[in-house]
Amino acid sequence: MTDSTQTTHMAQALAGKGINYWSRATAVEMAEAMRAGTVTSVELTQACLDQIAAVDGTVHAFLHVDAEGALATAREVDAARAAGEELPPLAGVPIAIKDLVVTEGMPTTAGSRILEGWLPPYDATLTRKIREARMPILGKTNMDEFAMGSSTEYSGYGPTRNPWDLDRIPGGSGGGSAAAVAAWEAPLAIGSDTGGSIRQPASVTGTIGVKPTYGGVSRFGAIALASSLDQLGPCARTMEDAALLHEAIGGHDPMDATSLNEPVPACVAAVREGRENGLAGVRVGIIKELTGQGFQAGVTERFNEAVDHLRAAGAEVVEVSCPSFQYALAAYYLILTSEASSNLAKFDSVRFGLRVEKETIEKTMGATREQGFGDEVKRRIILGTYALSAGYYDAYYGSAQKVRTLVQRDFAAAFAAADVLVSPTTPTTPFKLGERVDDPLAMYLNDIATIPVNLAGIPALSLPSGTAAEDGLPVGFQIIAPAHEDARLYKVGGALEHALAQKWGGPLMSRAPELEVTR
Amino acid sequence: MSSLSRNDVARLAALARIDMTDEDLDRLSGQLSAIVDAVATVAEVATDDIPATSHPIPMSNVHRADEVRPSLTQEQALAAAPQAEDGRFRVPRILGEEA
Repeated sequence: MTDSTQTTHMAQALAGKGINYWSRATAVEMAEAMRAGTVTSVELTQACLDQIAAVDGTVHAFLHVDAEGALATAREVDAARAAGEELPPLAGVPIAIKDLVVTEGMPTTAGSRILEGWLPPYDATLTRKIREARMPILGKTNMDEFAMGSSTEYSGYGPTRNPWDLDRIPGGSGGGSAAAVAAWEAPLAIGSDTGGSIRQPASVTGTIGVKPTYGGVSRFGAIALASSLDQLGPCARTMEDAALLHEAIGGHDPMDATSLNEPVPACVAAVREGRENGLAGVRVGIIKELTGQGFQAGVTERFNEAVDHLRAAGAEVVEVSCPSFQYALAAYYLILTSEASSNLAKFDSVRFGLRVEKETIEKTMGATREQGFGDEVKRRIILGTYALSAGYYDAYYGSAQKVRTLVQRDFAAAFAAADVLVSPTTPTTPFKLGERVDDPLAMYLNDIATIPVNLAGIPALSLPSGTAAEDGLPVGFQIIAPAHEDARLYKVGGALEHALAQKWGGPLMSRAPELEVTR
Repeated sequence: MSSLSRNDVARLAALARIDMTDEDLDRLSGQLSAIVDAVATVAEVATDDIPATSHPIPMSNVHRADEVRPSLTQEQALAAAPQAEDGRFRVPRILGEEA
C-alpha cells in the first residue's frame, strides 16, 4: 500500500467512528497535505477545534480556547498559500500554548486565580515566533499553578485528566499541553520545563516532550518560576514534529539576557539521520543511580528493551555513575523555592491581577496573596523565604548551589564516557488523581530522574517506550545530551522511535483508548 | 538544624506577605517541617572546597546599547491595574497605618 492509500483507508475507518482523520494527523502530514492542496488550514484548525469541543469537557486540557483567533490565522494562511506566497514550514498547523506564556489580548493565568481575567498587553518572544511561523493558536493549556507541581492538580482551575486513563494524572506542570497532544486536540503544544514539566507529562501520556539547552528558547514573556532552571520547549506526537517546532521557536533573543547567542540546532536533520542511518559510533550511557530500586518493574522492563533497540541500531552501551544525584532533589527544591519566592513577589495587587482591598497596601497584599495563591504556591514561597533568610542562607541556598556544582561535575564525567545518557523519565506510570495531592514530598519524588538535567542546564527529551505490563499505561524513555548538543537527542530519539514503530507496527499513540465524546 | 515551628511559619508568611488563618498554619507548618528536614540533607555534601553554581550555562555580562526603544504606552501599562488614577497606579494608604 502506498502512503496515500494507507491514509485514505485510515481516514475512512476513523470516519466510520465519527472521528475526523485530520485531528489524528502529525504536523508533518498536515504541512505536506496543505502544500499539496489536499487540505486547508481552516479544515485542520476546525478538526482540532471539533475534537476540543468533543473531549475537553472530560480531559480539561485547555483553560482558554480561541476558536475565532485560530480560524482567522488559518484563513490568512490559506489565502496567502492560494496567492502563491512562500510560507514557513509549519504555516497553518494548529498549536496549543501553555498558559504561562503571555499572549497579547488572550487570557494568561499561569494556572493561578491571582491572574484570573488578566489580558497581557504584549506577546512573549515565543508567542511572536509562533505568530511569525503562521501557526493558528488554538488556546492556552492547563497547568499546575505557576508550574509548581507534577500532576496538574495544583491548577487553580481544576485538574487535567490523562487521556489514557481519566482517573490518572496527566503529569505536571504541563499536563494540559501533554494531554491536548495525547487527546488529539492539537498536533503540537508548547510546554515549560523547570524540573521535568515537559518531560514527565510526555512520559505519562505517551507523547514526546523536549527540554532544550537552557537559553535555547527565549524566556521573555514566560511567567517565571525559577529563572535559572526554566526552559520552554516542544510537545508533540512524533520526533520530527517536535524537531520542526524546536527549530521554529529556538534562537537568540536580545530581550532575554540568558538567551544563547548561537545557531538553532539542526533538529529535523538529526531525526532523519537517526532514523535512516542508525546509531553506529554513538556511545549511550545508562545512569546507574536512575535505574533499579524505586523504579516500577514495568518501567524498568520497557527501559531495558529500549536500550536493546539502541544497541541493535548500532550504539555502544556503557554504564555511568552520578553519585551526587541523591542530593539533587533537595538542592532543586531549595534553589527553585528561593528563586520562586523572589519571582512571585511581583503579584502584589498593584499593577495587575487580583486585589483584595484592605485599609492599607500591606494588608491588601497579604489578603490578596492569601486568596489568590493555592497551598503549593504558599508552601514554596515560604520555603524559599526561609532558605534565603539571614542565618539560614549558607546552610540552605548556599549548600544547594554547591550541590549544583557537584551535579554538573557528575554530568561532565559521564559525558566523557558517553555521547548521550539515558534513564526512565519517571519512576512509575501515572498515579491516580488525589493520590499524592496532600503529600508534597511524595509528589516531588516523581521528578527524581528529570531534575538533575535542569540543575545542569543541559537538554533532554522523553519519548514513549511502550506501556507497562502491569497496568497498560505509557512509559517514557529519557535521553540527555551535553549543553548545546540538542541535535544528539533528536538523532537518538529518531532512531529509537523508528525501531519501536517497526516493532509495534505503528506509533504508541495509535493504541491509546478512544475518548468518549461528551459534547 | 531544626524543623520549622508554627511560629516560624507565621513569621515567614508575614515576611512573604501571605495572610494565614490558624487552619492554614496548622496544615502548612507540619508539611513544611517535613520538607525542610528532607532538603536539609544538602549540607551533608556542601563542603568549603566546592564552589557555588548560580547559573547553569557559563555566560559573561550581557549588555545592550542604552537607547530609547518602543515600549508599552501609559494606557497599556495601566490597563490591567486593579485601580488607576491620573496616569498612575492607585493603591490603598501606605504611610501612617495607625492614623
